[in-house]
Amino acid sequence: MDQNAAQAYWKENISTILKLLVVWFTVSYGFGIIFVEELNAISFGGFKLGFWFAQQGAIFVFLILIFLYTILMDRLEKKYDVHE
Amino acid sequence: MELQLLTYIVVGFTFAIYIGIAIWTKAGSTKEFYVAGGGVPPIANGMATAADWLSAASFISLAGLVSFLGYDGSTWIMGWTGGYVLLAMLLAPYLRKFGKFTVPDFVGDRYYSDIARTVAVICVIFISFTYVAGQMRGVGIVFSRFLQVEVETGVILGMAIVFFYAVLGGMKGITYTQVAQYVVMIFAFTIPAIFLSIQVTDTFLPQIGFGGKIAFEFDNGIEMIEQGTFLLHALDQTVQDLGFSAYTASASGTWNVFMMTAALMLGTAGLPHVIVRFFTTPTVKGARISAGWALVFIAIMYTSIPAVAGFARVNLIKNIQNVEYNAFVNGEARHLDGTVNDGAWFKRWEDSGLLAWNDRNGDGKIQYGAGNAFIGGKPHYNGEVGGHGEKATDNAAPKHELTAQQMRANKEIVNELYVDPDIIVLANPEIAGLPNWVIALMAAGGLAAALSTAAGLLLVISTSIAHDLLGRVIMRDKETGRSKLSEKAELMYARGAAIVAIIVAGYLGINPPGFVAQVVAFAFGLAAASFFPTIIMGIFYKKMNREGAIAGMVTGLVFTFSYIVYFVFMGGDKSNYLFGIAPGGIGTIGAILHMIVAYAVSKVTPPPPAHIQELVENIRVPRGAGAAHAH
Repeated sequence: MDQNAAQAYWKENISTILKLLVVWFTVSYGFGIIFVEELNAISFGGFKLGFWFAQQGAIFVFLILIFLYTILMDRLEKKYDVHE
Repeated sequence: MELQLLTYIVVGFTFAIYIGIAIWTKAGSTKEFYVAGGGVPPIANGMATAADWLSAASFISLAGLVSFLGYDGSTWIMGWTGGYVLLAMLLAPYLRKFGKFTVPDFVGDRYYSDIARTVAVICVIFISFTYVAGQMRGVGIVFSRFLQVEVETGVILGMAIVFFYAVLGGMKGITYTQVAQYVVMIFAFTIPAIFLSIQVTDTFLPQIGFGGKIAFEFDNGIEMIEQGTFLLHALDQTVQDLGFSAYTASASGTWNVFMMTAALMLGTAGLPHVIVRFFTTPTVKGARISAGWALVFIAIMYTSIPAVAGFARVNLIKNIQNVEYNAFVNGEARHLDGTVNDGAWFKRWEDSGLLAWNDRNGDGKIQYGAGNAFIGGKPHYNGEVGGHGEKATDNAAPKHELTAQQMRANKEIVNELYVDPDIIVLANPEIAGLPNWVIALMAAGGLAAALSTAAGLLLVISTSIAHDLLGRVIMRDKETGRSKLSEKAELMYARGAAIVAIIVAGYLGINPPGFVAQVVAFAFGLAAASFFPTIIMGIFYKKMNREGAIAGMVTGLVFTFSYIVYFVFMGGDKSNYLFGIAPGGIGTIGAILHMIVAYAVSKVTPPPPAHIQELVENIRVPRGAGAAHAH
């Protein structure tokens, strides 16, 4: 496989990971920890929003992120022809 | 059917399944023993990873902890799930492409150094043994409580079972047994959770019931909580009435919650027995998806845990606050709606030493609030019986004259109860009055959780000794660079090491070092400060060299190790915490230090040789990942 394609693939892989990790950080550390009190001012049903993110929501977002990542990587590998 | 007999049948049935699987999947080669031949389908692998991950701590202790900590319990909930995102994106696919058996394999090959490999082996063994001791203890507790056998007998029985499928089947046997164990434990956890959700909030799904309204009114000792109040509002109101900090607010502060969550996430992504799971999938793509499936299966339990925690806290207060002890334990007490409030469970758990009552105002009723009912916290039984038939202690907190009415008027309750958080999950079905088969299932679930994790850890230990230490360092042929051991001999050593590891683990389970709870901070802190950064840099920073990696690992380890030892075991004072960070969160700083030192050292020492840089380029690209191979 040619060197340039491998590097371009790796660059795009890194930027995909970084974007997803920004979401990961925002939801868990941002919503669930740093801004939890601000978000707790908002309620839905019996949940305060910040508390909900810390004990439920973050996990759902983690799940979406991993599966989204596998889909994005599938596409990326096909694009650069590096799939197995 | 009688509970005892039913429990024997359910537990015996699950054990028969595990042994059956062990015989069916007996490993014939080192490859099968170490990584199940690299041919486990992603969903099965995800399920096995989940079983490996969901330990006695997750199953037995976590909901209880969250129940008493409220919001602060989120560190575990997010920390032990968020780490899988890091695993899926930063570690699993590349390690799978690398295609060998163990974490020390990667560290030793990537950093072309036997010193690095040996440091890695020591970390693996230390982390895994601290962890496994807790699992065997969990096995002992479940056996002694549900099957009425001695803790020792329980641990030995547990060892025998693990011996069967770990030593015979290796990773192959363990993987398929873990699939069965996952099924057992998830039923054992979610069925009572659903029952509770229906009972407390009239909602089928615990995740939704958690945000729902309570289906009954109850008296928390200070005020009445109306039927139809949101569960979390009722909890906030009630725990504050009883002198605790609000359930949905942080007591330990944003900074510590942040650092500890980070340490648990990095630690999760750096735990050898979890990482090794991603060597067992057939492809790189499979490794990614398998991390996703693992989190799906973990999430089923982890999203139920906070709900169970909330239900349990309300249920506990509703059932015990101001109840007359004698009537309660004899099944004669009543709820406000006239139904029976049977406290037989209270007596049973009192016998196990995890629950104690000290009638401080002499009114014969239980009062529960903040503060210690026993001097020093935990009760020390003196073998005598108190005035109402409760177990007496020699460290009871002082008596007082306040009646329940006066406490209500003062809006302050003097606590008379000791509740160990560990009983919350196991006693939940009894507290809620669920059918006997649910309680029997609970015992099988607790055992499945403890045994599956113990087996995974024991395999990692035996592999590290036989494969990494013997095969790659001690018995390596200097000229060819290959192991002098034949595959058959290595397999024999691996089995031998597994047997020794099981015996050591059993000993630790029967004679637990008195600090099993604290050593969890150890395992995660060390994994976060050692493996996580070293693997990440090995993949993402091509120029990282041997010198940098060793300096980084040693810095991270020594720093984290000393900090935890000083503050947890040598009584270091809180006021000396570095930046106010509790020991549980120090692994995060250890990981950062590791990276800084490694980077600095790598800048002033020779870069890695060309073939290593090629190796890194190669693991970054999925194509060409064969099955995990021998050397």
